[in-house]
Parts: sequence; C-alpha cells; structure tokens
Amino acid sequence: MKNKITKNNLITYGIVLAFYIIVEILMMTGALSSHMKGLLVPMTYYAIIAVALNLCVGILGELSIGHCGFMCIGAFTSAFFSRATENSIPTVPRFIIAFIIGIAFAALFGFLIGIPVLRLKGDYLAIVTLAFGEIIKNVINSFYIGIDGKGLHFSMKDSMSLGMEADGDIIVNGAMGITGTPHNANFTIGVVVLLISLFVVQNLVNSRDGRAIMAIRDNYIAAEATGINITGYKMMAFTISAAIAGAAGVLFSHNITTLTASSQYFGYNASIMILVYVVLGGIGNIRGSVIAACVLYLLPELLRGLNTYRMLIYSIVLIVMMIVNWSPKIIEWRKRTFGRVSFRRAKEVA
Amino acid sequence: MSFLTYLINGLSLGSIYAIIALGYTMVYGIAKMLNFAHGDFIMVGCYIIFSVSAALSGNSVVGIIVAIILCTVLGVTTEFVAYRPLRGAASPLAVLITAIGVSYLLENIALLIYGADIKSFTSVVTWEGVSFAGGELKIQGVTIITILVSVVILIALQLFINKTKQGQAMLAASEDKGAAALMGINVNRTIALTFAIGSALAAVAGALLCSAYPSLSPYTGAMPGIKAFVAAVLGGIGSIPGAMIGGLVLGIVEILSKTYISSQLSDAIVFGILVVVLLVKPTGILGKQIQEKV
Repeated sequence: MKNKITKNNLITYGIVLAFYIIVEILMMTGALSSHMKGLLVPMTYYAIIAVALNLCVGILGELSIGHCGFMCIGAFTSAFFSRATENSIPTVPRFIIAFIIGIAFAALFGFLIGIPVLRLKGDYLAIVTLAFGEIIKNVINSFYIGIDGKGLHFSMKDSMSLGMEADGDIIVNGAMGITGTPHNANFTIGVVVLLISLFVVQNLVNSRDGRAIMAIRDNYIAAEATGINITGYKMMAFTISAAIAGAAGVLFSHNITTLTASSQYFGYNASIMILVYVVLGGIGNIRGSVIAACVLYLLPELLRGLNTYRMLIYSIVLIVMMIVNWSPKIIEWRKRTFGRVSFRRAKEVA
Repeated sequence: MSFLTYLINGLSLGSIYAIIALGYTMVYGIAKMLNFAHGDFIMVGCYIIFSVSAALSGNSVVGIIVAIILCTVLGVTTEFVAYRPLRGAASPLAVLITAIGVSYLLENIALLIYGADIKSFTSVVTWEGVSFAGGELKIQGVTIITILVSVVILIALQLFINKTKQGQAMLAASEDKGAAALMGINVNRTIALTFAIGSALAAVAGALLCSAYPSLSPYTGAMPGIKAFVAAVLGGIGSIPGAMIGGLVLGIVEILSKTYISSQLSDAIVFGILVVVLLVKPTGILGKQIQEKV
C-alpha cells in the first residue's frame, strides 16, 4: 500500500522532470521558437493552479469558481513588493520574499474567505466563491498606491488624489494595474514551484489529514460522526489550495510587463478554464490535472486554426465528459457492457 | 428629485433582475440545481430579437415572440440533453459543472456567430415616457414598461402555481419528487415545464434588459444572470415573491451604490450583500428552513 502510493507520486514527479529535461534539451539545441519559449512559463502556472483547484474540487469536493481571485491576490501582492523594492534588494532574495508574500497573502485571503464560504455547500459555495473572485478583481481595480520620500500613499479614487511628491512612483494605478514588474520568472523556477506544489498536495492527500478531508467529501455526516473536525479540515484544504493558487499568481505577475486585474486573466471565465483542465484531467487525479493543463494550454496555441474553436470544443468536451462519467444510467450501462472492468474513479468518488 | 430618478431606475433594473430570478428560483426549487446557463438564455434571447428585428426592418414584436418561443425550446432541450441524464448522479458537482459547460457553450456559439464586438440594440419600447414636476422628474417609457411587465408576470405566476393543476404538480415535485411521482405526477415533464417557463421569462428579461442597456455582446447575460441568482438567494430560493423582493432590493442597491459610492465597487457591494445574507440568514428573506435528515 505504502509503496504503491510512493511509486505513484514518483511517477508524477518523473513525468514533470522528464518533460522539463526534454524542453531544456530542445531549448539548448535551438529547436524551440521564441513563441514556444513564451508559452512555457504560462504553462507551468496554469498547471500549478490546476493542481490547486483539484485539491479544492477533487479532494475537498467543493466547487470553487473564484480560484483565479487567489491567483490575482498572489500576483498583485508579490508584484507590488517586487516593484517597491526593485532597487533596494538584490534579485534572488527579493524574488524569494515575493514568493513568500504572494503565497502568504493568498493563504490569508483563502482563510478569511473560507470562514464564511465553507459554511455553505454545493451550489451556494460555488456562487459565493465566484462572487469573491469578482469582488477581489473589482477592489484591486480601484486601488491606487504610490510610494515617495514620505512613504506609502493610498487612495481608492484616482492617482491624483494620492498627493505624491515629484519624485514619487505610482506603483498600483487603479485599473491600469502594475507596470514594470521585473521578469524574474522563468521555466526552471516554474517547474520547481510546480514540483513543490505537487509534493505538498500529494503528501497531503496520502496523509491522515488528507483521508479526513476525503471522508468529509464522501459523506460529511458520517465523517462528523467519527469525530472528524469538519470545519477545520475544510479550512485547511481550502487555505492550502488558495496558497498554491497564490504561488501561481507570483509566477504570473513576474512574467508579464503590465499586470492588470482584468477579466481575461482573473475573471470568472478564466476560473472556468482552470476547471476545464481539472475536469478533463480527472477530478481528484492530481497528475491528470498537470497533464491536462499542459496539453490543453499548448495544443490550441500550437494549432492556431484551432484557437477560434478552442472554447467551443472545450465546453462540448466538458459537458460530454460530465455526462459520460457521472450519469447514473450510463454508469450502469458501462457496468453491464464491460462487466468486471472497473471504473476506478466513478467508484472511488461515489 | 435626482434621488427619486435613481430610485426609479433602481426599481426598473430590479424588476429585470426579478424576472430573471423567477426563472432561477423556480428551476432551483424543483430540479434542485443551479442552472448556470440561465443568464446565457437571456443573451440568446437578445440576439434572436436583434437578428429578427434586423431581418424584418425593425419589427421588434415579432422578434420578441420568436425569441420567447426559441428560448423555451432551448431551455427544454438543454434540460433534456444535458441535465436530465445527470439527475440522481452521485456527486452534486456533476450537474453544476455541466451547467457551467452549457453556459460556456452558448457564449462561444454566440461569439462565433456574432463576433466579440458590442452590438447596439434598438429598444423594443418606443414610448418616450412621462415627465413630472415640469420636466424635472423624467421617467423613461422602458422603465415603466419593465416595472409593469414584472408585476404582471409575478401575478400570473402566482396564480398559475396556486390555482392550476400543473402549478400544484410543481409545488408537489419541489417538496418531494418520489412522493409526487407516487401521486401520479409526471416529474420529468413537470421539470421540463419549469425549464420552459424559466427560459421564456429569460427571453422577456433579455428584451427589457437590452432595451434599458442597449449594448449586446456574448457576455451580456452572464453578469445579470449571476446577480439574479444573488437576488433569488436574497429573497429565499424557491420562493416566487421572494425572488421579486430580492430582485428589487438588489437593483436599487446597485443603482444607488453606482451613483453615490463608486461604479467600480458596485458589483463588489452587490456580491457583498450575498455573502452577508448567506451568513446571517442563509434561507433568505422569505425562504423556508429545511432540515437535513441523515
């Protein structure tokens, strides 16, 4: 049992490492175009946030459609720090601190938002996470923060009301966001962060805590009856999930010149795209999320003609996947037709 | 006087939310599922009116009728193809994710057909409106029509649910599907009928929404749809008068916060209300407490 789990985890790390080595070799031989190189970092942060969302949807069993909000918090807090200390701290420690700040803030907000949200279930929880995602985006869009000789200036009206001195620097400029964040993220760092988040999630899933979380998912009344602290474990999973999403946000903000809290990156459609990765990779299957995120991110970018129909195909695949995997009648039909061939996932979650 | 104008605008927006919320709350009350695509039915309705009016050189009445019929068909088809197979699925997430998929699908079909650019929608209401106090207080025709239509719909629905056999069947199915089936009610058909009514209301709401805010894009329906769900929760999900009250409250709050606080933050305030309601009174203003049995 124990060995099987370890083997399973190692396979996941192995896949990521093998992919990394292949890409590095391709880069060294110059086989990758600059367009392809530009896709590598986004691919890693989408894989990371897919892992985070799978922890929430697949392991905890609660649908969050505001996860990009946590990514947004991670992105903005870390980018703010990096911009503010760009000239005073050397790159390496600054980027490490930026990571810590981004993750810490995302976790903090995950915790704070989790307190009201996790009292709800199912549809309500989904809609409230969506609401929080939108609130985060809207609030960040109305922030103006500047820095000058006198210290920090903050306003929610416009950049003029900051009352900055002539040498001041407006860092967060409302809907214009943060410009000029140093480009510290690269593919290697992305892969390292992905491996760390995989390590955290896979070890969590196979621990005592993880089994408690899955017990809550499968039947919360039974779990409560056996003495599992439902709220505590739910909060734990949700906060860790938010923290990992924050790490993805740090990578995001340090890979883009102009960071804005736009719907394109942090809105509800973006969150749903992550959900598509999670569903297609297999709900509750962490390795599947990573593979699905990478394939689904790269495929339409590589096949330009497909890009127009990308979302259309995704949505149809999403619907068909859900019906084929979850419809009681189809599950029964599959059991009759394929006999003993077991459908692991359907059984596991049901 | 300007406050009164804002208040009336809020009432009008709130009436639109209320009509959408009626669709949500009926479907949620009976099928126990959040039809995420409901907001996109509105968008589909708007595009149908837009296309038909353009084809018939501005005849919007035919457009509205065609839109209501096609939206009804769309609602029933969606229920049959996407939601019905998942009834009784092991995880409640299955149907929710499918509904998100349907919403995504409709948005992207509209995107492919009409493109991402914003179309300007010609108001279906040609009446100028009235002005009081020597022109100081102007009420637009579309505002008055919206409020009237929503009141008529509310009364008609209340009568339908409480006075007709089909309406009673809906009530029974929402209480207990198994028991309703034993009483000879065709639960599947009742749910389909609920979807039909909800989708027809979405088309009406779409016509009114785009007449008041005449910019039409594939994402037109998404935000009002979500806000209408907030309204349905606020009023107490499953309750028809509740949806009306919730919608009106939400519309007024949105317009007033847009005017007096910040247009950036008005959405945040609206969603903040949802969070507060769910914390303080999760059943909403008129909702019933439901105990879960083990």
